[in-house]
Amino acid sequence: MLHRIFALLAKELAALLSDRKVRSVLVVPPLVQVALFAYAATYDVTNVPLAIWNDDAGAQSAALVRAFAGSPAFLPVEGIQSPGQAAIAIDTMRATAVLHIPERFSADLLARRTPHVQLLLDARRSNTALLIEAYSATIVADFAQTMNTTSNIPISLTVRDWFNPTLESQWFILPGLVAVLSIIMSMLISALSLARERELGTFDQLLVTPLRPLEILAGKAVPGVIIGLIDANIVIAAALLWFQIPFRGSMIVLQAILILYMIAGVGIGLVISSITHTQQQAMLGVFVIAAPIVVLSGFLAPVENMPPVIEVLGRIDPIRWMLIIVRGLFLENTPLPVVLQSTWPLALIATATFAMAGVAVRRAVT
Amino acid sequence: MNSRMRLHGLVQKEIKQITRDPSALLIAFLLPFILLLVCGYGISFDAVHVKLAVVIESPEEEARGLIDALAASPYLAPERMLTTEAAEQALIGGRVRGLLVFREDFSQRLANPGRWPAPAELDVNATDPNSARILEGYVSGALATWLAGRLVELRVTQPTDIDLDHRFWFNTDLRSADAIVPGLIAMVMSMTGTLLTALIVSREWERGTMESMLASPANLAEITLARLGCYFVLGMGSMAICVLLGIVLFQLPFRGGILALALASSLFLIFALGLGLFISTLARSQFVAAQVAFLTTMMPAIMLSGMVFDIASMPRWLQVTTYAMPARYLVSIMQTLFLSGDVWPVLLPNLVGLGIAAMLAVGATFAVTRRRLD
Repeated sequence: MLHRIFALLAKELAALLSDRKVRSVLVVPPLVQVALFAYAATYDVTNVPLAIWNDDAGAQSAALVRAFAGSPAFLPVEGIQSPGQAAIAIDTMRATAVLHIPERFSADLLARRTPHVQLLLDARRSNTALLIEAYSATIVADFAQTMNTTSNIPISLTVRDWFNPTLESQWFILPGLVAVLSIIMSMLISALSLARERELGTFDQLLVTPLRPLEILAGKAVPGVIIGLIDANIVIAAALLWFQIPFRGSMIVLQAILILYMIAGVGIGLVISSITHTQQQAMLGVFVIAAPIVVLSGFLAPVENMPPVIEVLGRIDPIRWMLIIVRGLFLENTPLPVVLQSTWPLALIATATFAMAGVAVRRAVT
Repeated sequence: MNSRMRLHGLVQKEIKQITRDPSALLIAFLLPFILLLVCGYGISFDAVHVKLAVVIESPEEEARGLIDALAASPYLAPERMLTTEAAEQALIGGRVRGLLVFREDFSQRLANPGRWPAPAELDVNATDPNSARILEGYVSGALATWLAGRLVELRVTQPTDIDLDHRFWFNTDLRSADAIVPGLIAMVMSMTGTLLTALIVSREWERGTMESMLASPANLAEITLARLGCYFVLGMGSMAICVLLGIVLFQLPFRGGILALALASSLFLIFALGLGLFISTLARSQFVAAQVAFLTTMMPAIMLSGMVFDIASMPRWLQVTTYAMPARYLVSIMQTLFLSGDVWPVLLPNLVGLGIAAMLAVGATFAVTRRRLD
C-alpha cells in the first residue's frame, strides 16, 4: 500500500513541478507578499494632515498648537479661519483633522476656568479616527498638566504592554501572515487537483488503478501540504531574520502543528475539488471560501468584536485557531496546554474535511 | 459579412455560453452576495465588552464604585479578581485582554491631594497592538469619568483641565462598518471582475477553441469587445448588488450621485475584466490563471487598498507602489460616495487613476494576444 502511495505522490509532485510557470507561481508570491504586506500593515498613524483653526491670540493657544505640531502623529498643513474652510479642508481630504481653538481659550486657562477645544475628524476611516482621538486626548492632557504647576494629577495610570511593549504592528501581522499565506496556497493547489483530473478525463483512469479512494486523496494531499509548509517557513524566516520578530515559544511545536494545519487546509481544498466538475467551479469554490476564512479568522480585526452568530460560525475556520497558536508561540510563549486547546479544533477540521472528500470520491467510484 | 453582424454573432455566442454554464452567473451574483454578507459582519474594529480583570486591594466601598464605573462603559466587561497572581494567569491564558490593579493605598492617596497621584496599573495583552491601544483609551476614559464624580464626593478641587471635544464627520458614531463596507465592495469587485474573465478565456485557450475563434473572420478587437461587453453587463449587475446590500443591510448612507458611481464602476470593471483577460492569455492553463487571478486580487485588495490600513502611514516606497493598485482608487471613491458625497476634488484624480488602469489592462491584453498568435 505504501509504495502505491509513493508512486502516486511522485506523479503528483512531477505533474505540479514540471511546469516552470507553476513552480514560479508557488514560491515567488509568498516572498513578494511578505515584503509588501508586512510594511503595509500598520495600525499606527503618523503624519496625519492637521489644519489649525485658531481664533485665540494668546500665548497659551500658540503653545497648544506647538504641542500638536511637535507630535509625530500630526503634521500641520494649513491654517484656516472659518467653519466653511474647515468643511472644505476635510471634504477634499487635504486635512484629516481640524483643531479648533476658540477665542476665550487663553483667558479661560489663565482664569482657571475649564477651556474648551474642538477637534473635527474625518471619520471615513473609522479606525484612523479612533486612534487620532486617543493621540489628541493624550496631547491635550499632557498640555493641561504643564499648565498645572502647583498640584499633581489625581491618578497616575501606569500602562504595561505585555508581549509587545512598543506596540509594533508588524509583530502582530507577520505571525498572522504565516498562517494566512500558507493555507491559501495549499487550498488553491488541492482544490484544483481533482477537478483538473475530472475535466481532462484522467480521473476515471485514476479510479481504475488499484488505488483506494483514501489513497488517491492522500496522494493528492501531500503536494499541497509540502508547498504550504515551504511557504509558511519562508514567512517564518522573513519574520525572524529580516523583521527581527522575537520567537519565544517552541519551534518544534509550531512545525508539528503547522503540518496538521496544512492538512486541514488541504482538506478544505479537496472537499471543494471532490464536489466540483470543472476547474472553473473549483476556483469559484476557493474564492467563496478563502475570503471569508481570512476575514473571519481574526487576522485583521479581533474575533471578539464580531456579532455572536458570525463568531460561532468562525469556529470552523482553521486560520482562526492557527492564528492563536502562531501569535502565541511567537510573542507570548504560550504554555503547551493552552496551545493544545486551539490544536484539537484543527485536528477535528482536518478529519472532518478528509472524511467528506473521501465520501465524495467513493461515490464517484460506485 | 460586415463588422456589425459579426459582433452580433459573437455577443450571441457569449450569452449562450453564460446561460448554459451557471458558473459565470454564480460568480457574478452569488459570489459578491456571500462575500459582502460574511465579510461585512466579520470585520469590526468596534470593541465591545473587552474582558478586563480588575484587582482592587483598597476598601470595599471604593471598589464597588470603581467596578460599576468600569462596567458602565459599553466597551468593557470588568471581572473582579482577588489576587494579582490569578489575574496574571488569566492574562497569560488569554481569558482576559487586560488587567487593572489598584493598590491598598489607592483610596487614601486619592482622598489627600498632598499625596497625589494615586497609582493604578494597567497591564495589557499587546499582541494585537491596535486592540491594546483602544483598550487603554477606554480604561483611561472610564477612570476619568469616575474620578470627576469621586472628587466632588471627596470635596477636593479638581486640577486644571482642558475639555477636548471630538466631532466625527461623515460617520458620527464611528461605526467601522461604515468605513469597511465601501472597501469590501472594492475587494469583492476586484475578485469578481477578474475571475469572470480569467477562467473563461483560459479555458478556451486550454481547449483550443480560442484558436478556432481567431481563425474565423472576426478580428481580435471584435472578439475582445464582445467578450468585455457581455461580462461588463454581468459585472455591473454584481456592483449593483454590492451597493444595494451596503445601503439596505449595512445601513450605510449613500450621499453621492449615481453618475459618479456609474463612472467609477465602469472604469473599474473594464480594468478588472481586462486584467482577467490578460492573465488568462498569458497563463495558457487554467491552473496558473486561477493562481495568478487569486494572488493579484484578494490579498492586495485587502492589504494595500487603504481599506484596513491607512496608506498615509505606510513607508514612502510602499505608498508609491499602491498607486499601481486600482483597488485603492475605488476604495477612496466608494468611501467618499457613501459617506461624504460628490466631492469632485477627491473623485477626479481617482477616476483618472482608474481610467489609466483600465486602458493599460485592455491594451496589454491586445498586445499579448497578438504576440501569442505569431
